[in-house]
Amino acid sequence: MNMDRNVAAKDGTLLAVQNLHTWFELRKWGFGRAGFVRAVDGVDFELPYGEALAFVGESGCGKSTLAKTILGLYRPTKGDVIFEGRKLNEFQGREMQWYRSQVGYVQQDPYGALPPFMSVHRILEEPLIINGMKSKADREQRIVEVLEEVRMTPVEDFLSKFPHMLSGGQQQRVVVARSMILRPKLIVADEPVSMLDASVRVEILRLLRDLQDSHNLAVSYITHDLSTVRYFSKRIFVMYAAKIIEKAPVDELLGQPLHPYTQALLTAIPDPDAENAVTFKEVPPGEPPSLINPPAGCRFHPRCPKIIKDLCDRQEPPEFEPQPKHFVGCWLYR
Amino acid sequence: MQNGLLAVENLYLHFRATRGVVQAVDGVGFDMGRNEALVVLGESGCGKTSLARAILRLLPRNVQTYSGEVWLDGVELMGLSEEQFRREVRWVKISMVPQAAMNSLNPVVRVGDQVAEPVVAHFGLKKEALAQAKDVFQRVGVPVDFMSRYAFELSGGMRQRVAIAMSLVTSPDLVILDEPTSALDVLTQANIMNTLKRIKKEFETSFILITHDISTSSELADRVAIMYAGQIVELNDAPHFFPAPLHPYSQKLLDSVPRLHEYKEPDFISGKPPSLLNPPQGCRFAPRCPSRFARCEQEPPMVDLGERRQVKCWLYPRWER
Repeated sequence: MNMDRNVAAKDGTLLAVQNLHTWFELRKWGFGRAGFVRAVDGVDFELPYGEALAFVGESGCGKSTLAKTILGLYRPTKGDVIFEGRKLNEFQGREMQWYRSQVGYVQQDPYGALPPFMSVHRILEEPLIINGMKSKADREQRIVEVLEEVRMTPVEDFLSKFPHMLSGGQQQRVVVARSMILRPKLIVADEPVSMLDASVRVEILRLLRDLQDSHNLAVSYITHDLSTVRYFSKRIFVMYAAKIIEKAPVDELLGQPLHPYTQALLTAIPDPDAENAVTFKEVPPGEPPSLINPPAGCRFHPRCPKIIKDLCDRQEPPEFEPQPKHFVGCWLYR
Repeated sequence: MQNGLLAVENLYLHFRATRGVVQAVDGVGFDMGRNEALVVLGESGCGKTSLARAILRLLPRNVQTYSGEVWLDGVELMGLSEEQFRREVRWVKISMVPQAAMNSLNPVVRVGDQVAEPVVAHFGLKKEALAQAKDVFQRVGVPVDFMSRYAFELSGGMRQRVAIAMSLVTSPDLVILDEPTSALDVLTQANIMNTLKRIKKEFETSFILITHDISTSSELADRVAIMYAGQIVELNDAPHFFPAPLHPYSQKLLDSVPRLHEYKEPDFISGKPPSLLNPPQGCRFAPRCPSRFARCEQEPPMVDLGERRQVKCWLYPRWER
């Protein structure tokens, strides 16, 4: 598509997120202000072309809101999403449509994400029609191509099927095919495997990884399950209470987590082993804070076993870099 | 078996559906001892929840076949009348935390009263009921002053603890937990598993834990039952099972678990589980099995390999018993 305001992106950065805040207003009696839910509260990162990035966090930490803000489904309250050097906020009309063709979305619940009254063929054809692929033959060719890419073969068997006739794994393949069909540069996958059975999960993750390799796709993979991340992405960002608290390459984060919250997460997740039944786990008590009134200072301090009095509960920790390319928002590393 | 608490033999539960008969539980048998935790593992739709409901006789209206034997403490339960079963077994000897229990708490009754309700209903003790509820709140780690709160005032983890408290309040011998932690966060999940372990140790409660989450199940398991398409295909002690599962399905299933603390490329099982409407003749896993051979066209028997290991697979011939 023709672009008039295309600024060259600096050194291969596809997506940059700068100081992003997405707040939802809470209303009292329908119009009075009652505060904000600060779902994303100051997030910064850069995603180069072709890199897979994982966001890990518990439910309610704002990771899905972050995904939807990147997709342009929510407007940021403050800060910017910059795609190929252009601000998402300033897109209008056709530009937004172009952006949506560049960014694919893989939803969490495949059954909920597929319209029950449309066949696989129609589901995949619609984005092509909307994005101006006039020739029917071209469309057919692209549909077959993309279904082969997600390994739904023989393709003819699936084209006329409706979502309820497919298994969970097949439904998720259709969702992946739909996100791929316009040849996007970025895929946002929001918990793509959490609704699937263990035996299918790995199959879908492997499919996403293969697609990422073969098409040089950038992927932001959002999950609560740290154990699936290793097989998928290069870097992990850990989110807690609307902020990114640790950023590191996968092996570093799993081998040597720095933030006390990340350390707790890693101890809490078991591998299948009969030993687990006889040992108790050291887990910080309590629950993540409310995002309406997050605690002052470090947001993890009420649960943190390594709290430094009068520092962690007063001042918010900046991002430290105790090891190269390993960033952590924790006063222990000042 | 010595010290036996529950023995299930040849349990069948079939449902009528518009397109035929769903064979949700198809000839299931196992036994478990006191203070033991049995984990029932399987993919969604393999009949795990139906098995729990069959044991507790919580049946929907469209039941086609419901037969078999369930022995609890030497008493055969299938012979009891509905009223006897309600009075003497359900919630008195066996209780259950159903799936998504934390979202099914009554929104207009204080959680303390809800937890006390089984005691009132079964033993008619109004005053003692609240005292027992208080006791059980402490056991599961909910602050006692939460008793006068309503369900919507509690977080997900606390609501799940309340649901577990409700199942423990009558001090049953056996508690069936259906996916107790699947909707919870990782840290909350670990906290609740710690609580269950403590309760098992201190109060000698037995558990049947139904889940698809293999990693978490290992936190409580003494014994593992693997279900596939309505049948149990392997029964094994946890220390034997997790390092070396026997059935090809169990092996594949365990291989498909992504590991966090070691690097091992996970595998997946191609194909999908058979429909319970018309399960295949012979071994039900055969169409997806990497080591199938001619004999798999006939249904394999449950072979006892000794040391409380049983497997339903032709790869373990009878002469190896």
